[in-house]
Amino acid sequence: MAIDRQKVLETVYASIEMINEDREDKESRLELKEETRLVGRQSKLDSLKFVGLIIDIEQRLADELDIEISLTDEKAMSQARSPFRNVQSLVDYICSLEV
Amino acid sequence: METGEEVMIITGTRKGIGKYLAEYYISKGYTVFGCSRGEPTIKLDAYEHFCLDVADEPAVAKMVRSIYKKRKRIDVLINNAGAASMNHVLLTPLSSVEAMFRTNVYGTFLFSREVAKCMANNKHGRIVNLVTIAIPLKLEGESVYVASKSAVERFTQVLAKELASFNITCNSVGPTPVSTDLIRSVPEEKIQKILDSLMIKRLGTFEDISNVIDFFIAKSSAYITGQTIYLGGG
Repeated sequence: MAIDRQKVLETVYASIEMINEDREDKESRLELKEETRLVGRQSKLDSLKFVGLIIDIEQRLADELDIEISLTDEKAMSQARSPFRNVQSLVDYICSLEV
Repeated sequence: METGEEVMIITGTRKGIGKYLAEYYISKGYTVFGCSRGEPTIKLDAYEHFCLDVADEPAVAKMVRSIYKKRKRIDVLINNAGAASMNHVLLTPLSSVEAMFRTNVYGTFLFSREVAKCMANNKHGRIVNLVTIAIPLKLEGESVYVASKSAVERFTQVLAKELASFNITCNSVGPTPVSTDLIRSVPEEKIQKILDSLMIKRLGTFEDISNVIDFFIAKSSAYITGQTIYLGGG
């Protein structure tokens, strides 16, 4: 089944918005754009928030798009090579998975 | 007594300890979702069964997600499914090692990972893993079983650290031999030798095990995590 990239992107943005809702300080919010960093020093997420984001994305993909996947990867927490390093790489990674 | 809203997942519920725990917690008011490779043996309204191998990643994820989708909560996970095989290390085939690690370690890992995602969403959960008295007793003839259950015990302790901020507790209970299929093939004198090495020299009962699990999953045990309780004073 081919995955609709735009829908996946919107799902990821919805999860980011959920994280942003808890952040009153505008500076600490994540921008809704593909270049936004998710892991590493330039990310505004600590490791716990990052895990929470990934869990929320998985749930939304299952509930809203009927895509049942586990977002796991050996390089998950690597800054340079992680498929989760920014929104774009995460969306591409999700679309590359066999469903 | 629970309200019927509380959801519990128990692996390996077709017989032995798992079957007892499922029936016991249903009697306490839980809705229990169980699994095994074989057909279910429990027929109660508050019970639903999934036929799967606990080391089958897609099947485990599908089971957990379908439960969470339907009930919007998973309060307790008991990783009970276990495989044991007694043998001298020099006579143990690799296939036995693989089979034991698949059920005991991979199964516990997969259920813990998938269920913890749901629990993290609800910022609440209790995970209890079944290990064995054979770990502290370092029983000869059970090297691979002990190795796999030691892996589960240490995994549980690190899991407890990683999940603490989500308000999820993770603990282990280490039963002594109980009269189940798992020890059916163990010679009587071997069982007696194990019992002799315990402080309390008798076989364990199902109630001994549920008593410890009751403690771990109690609302008042929110400050108890990363612990192992061995029965019988092993």
